[in-house]
Amino acid sequence: MHANRYLLKLNIICMQRYSLTCTAVRSPEQHHFERGHMELLSGNQAIAQGAWEAGCQIGVAYPGTPSTETMETFAKLPDVYAEWAPNEKVAVEVGAGASAAGTRVLATMKHVGVNVAADPLFTLAYTGVGGGMLILTADDPGMHSSQNEQDNHFYARAAHIPMLEPSDSQEAHDMAKVAFELSERFDLPFFIRSTVRISHAKSPVEVGERENFTPKQYKKNPAKWVMMPAFAIGRRASLDQRVDAVTAWADETPLNRIVPGDGSDDGDIGVICTGAIYQYVRDALPEARILKLGVTWPLPKLKIQNFAFGVKHLYVVEEASTYLSEQVRALGIKLDQPENPLPRDGELDPWAIQIAFGKRVPTHTDTPEDLPARPPALCAGCPHRPVFRELGRLHAIVVGDIGCYTLGALPPLSAMDTTLCMGASVSMGHGFELALHHTEHRPIVSVIGDSTFGHSGLESLLGTVYNSGIGTICILDNRTTAMTGQQGDMFNGITLQHRPTRELNMAQVVRALGVDDVEEINPNNIKAVREALQRATKADDRLSVLIFRSPCVQLKDSFVRQKPLHVDEEKCTTCGVCVSIGCPALSSDLDSGIAHIDEVQCVGCKQCQQYCAFHAIKED
Amino acid sequence: MTSSVYSDGATSVLLCGVGGQGTILAADILAKTVCASGDVVKLSEIHGMAQRGGSVTTDVRFGKYVNSMVCCQGSCDAILAFETTEALRNISYLRDGGMLIVNDQSIKPLPVLTGDSVMPEEPESQLRAYGGKLIPAQDIAQKTGSIKTANVVLLGALSTSLLYEQRVWEEQISASVPKGTEAMNIAAFRAGRAFVQNIHD
Repeated sequence: MHANRYLLKLNIICMQRYSLTCTAVRSPEQHHFERGHMELLSGNQAIAQGAWEAGCQIGVAYPGTPSTETMETFAKLPDVYAEWAPNEKVAVEVGAGASAAGTRVLATMKHVGVNVAADPLFTLAYTGVGGGMLILTADDPGMHSSQNEQDNHFYARAAHIPMLEPSDSQEAHDMAKVAFELSERFDLPFFIRSTVRISHAKSPVEVGERENFTPKQYKKNPAKWVMMPAFAIGRRASLDQRVDAVTAWADETPLNRIVPGDGSDDGDIGVICTGAIYQYVRDALPEARILKLGVTWPLPKLKIQNFAFGVKHLYVVEEASTYLSEQVRALGIKLDQPENPLPRDGELDPWAIQIAFGKRVPTHTDTPEDLPARPPALCAGCPHRPVFRELGRLHAIVVGDIGCYTLGALPPLSAMDTTLCMGASVSMGHGFELALHHTEHRPIVSVIGDSTFGHSGLESLLGTVYNSGIGTICILDNRTTAMTGQQGDMFNGITLQHRPTRELNMAQVVRALGVDDVEEINPNNIKAVREALQRATKADDRLSVLIFRSPCVQLKDSFVRQKPLHVDEEKCTTCGVCVSIGCPALSSDLDSGIAHIDEVQCVGCKQCQQYCAFHAIKED
Repeated sequence: MTSSVYSDGATSVLLCGVGGQGTILAADILAKTVCASGDVVKLSEIHGMAQRGGSVTTDVRFGKYVNSMVCCQGSCDAILAFETTEALRNISYLRDGGMLIVNDQSIKPLPVLTGDSVMPEEPESQLRAYGGKLIPAQDIAQKTGSIKTANVVLLGALSTSLLYEQRVWEEQISASVPKGTEAMNIAAFRAGRAFVQNIHD
């Protein structure tokens, strides 16, 4: 039982007094584990550790919240190779090659990354694997850091990829560890699905030793690996057999288990749930008998049917989705509805579950209504700021993309018209031009970051060039994948394990793709930004690419902080222009209107100084 | 008996503040102290877009046994707020009779800096009305060595209400803070404890 396992862990800590260390800062030399060693790990760290213990040798990923730390942790473990791929499709394909060649492979991505990787994934279920292959899909219910709330359970079912689903870090570790052998046994890649509350929640994990996995011998076998129709037809039939086998296993495995209620009215209420929701149901409905699913595709049909027979009222509790309830109903099982409907969107918690089941929840003080919002903002000194400020002045239609710079959509810059998905700025900008070409329209400007450009902007640009598209594309090259935590990318010459590589010349790459009008600009020079944008957007006969290059202020190695600036109060006319650029280091006095610079936050970028027509912002 | 959304008997502490204030490090030290004392813990934090100067919260739940990793409305035994506006924003999470410890610092968010919103009036008296203990953590931290240790001052203030030994707290602080700043952080921790103990006296 779950409780016993925790008590066991507790005893281990009490008896042996193992100290807690953090994997993220542990050097390979320090990396020797004893049996029973406990560590406080996030779900992401635990998945990396579990994969490592299973003898997984190769890791490939594109960073994306909430998945990122998984590959960062894996990369620091001994005797592994790990790399950032330009995007999730490439990551899965590199992984597929390594798996076919016989090694165990981990590929990690956020939920929307699976969309990008869907093409290889669907057919990977046909080919199956050589060495075991595990793919992390880190979903983001509540959309803390994502553009949608998609539920990737549906991918498991659609692509025929079995899905494991942990409820805490220990299970994340244990499932990752067992997944590779399962993948090999059933000749299928496996998913492990986490959510923010698993990936970014820390709890104690009993870590173990590394299994000595000998890579399998690669043998040429076109009937398995060449998915042309003649062979794919055969693998399709094989897939059905493999799915049957894994479905039978799902009914046997203790990963799907029944957890009895507290005895107060056992047998009355039954709940089917998975992941973090299992923990919430344990808290909110202690009387409920729970069918805790550790495998959410394929579902354990017999277990579900037997569980349904054993309870008077059967519920599915799931988060921002109808996947599980639809699947259970498809088995011909009638589900009861809670007294009040569960929320259709956003994250659940025990409180929301108690409300739904008509329980009395604790009273609470209401949050005062007049509080100012505290949205995230571009950092003080962010090199993206002047570009958005100037695009706003141009009244451009700004076709945006995914990254820190998406914050350019928020006031006071408010300079973004669309954001859809990674790489869409360039291709959507082309679409805007096609639709508005014969009408009088505001200038159309696509804005994309360096990492996003490497992810999928390159293909979009290729399409625009090939089709003789026109317009302006701004590449905001801050030399990093900033929002996810300053990872290396295809252009900046920094690899995940600090192996040597080459820094790419962005302008050369863009020219090589067939763009003639390419200009590199320092975005901290306001005049240069304004002139470049004016020139590019005035031209209506060509495609212009403006590369705004300046390092992210969070980059400790390449960003050089300057002395903070200050306001000469005698010269400040209280016009408010400096404050309107939206720098968190700048404010104006509520009564006098005089501007003020916060010395702690100011990095001395001098952007505000260039906007002050009265020379009131000084360097010393 | 008050109703509860939890059946695990664990203690819930919500740490809230503004991205960059050191809430995550403070939550980590709390979690490690719990583990080193023989209890179990779950700690849930939010990364990514939420971090760029926005509101941040870290949920820490601990005890002999823990189910949920998230804090709920009306259910926190303690809120440790690093900023007054964020304390007010999260006040709905405090349970009846729960403890509210607040750094007396107020940080203006961007909508206030640009003149589109205003800060709450007299946040400190509002917070006192909710039973909040205001801690001048910046001043205390400055006196004991560096303003950067304000987060550890606040941990010190929280620690007096938890059953874990001071020695274990200090061991975990030393193991978690940057090398060379151990003594300064322990001084900050002790000053935070002393400040709260003096309020009680």
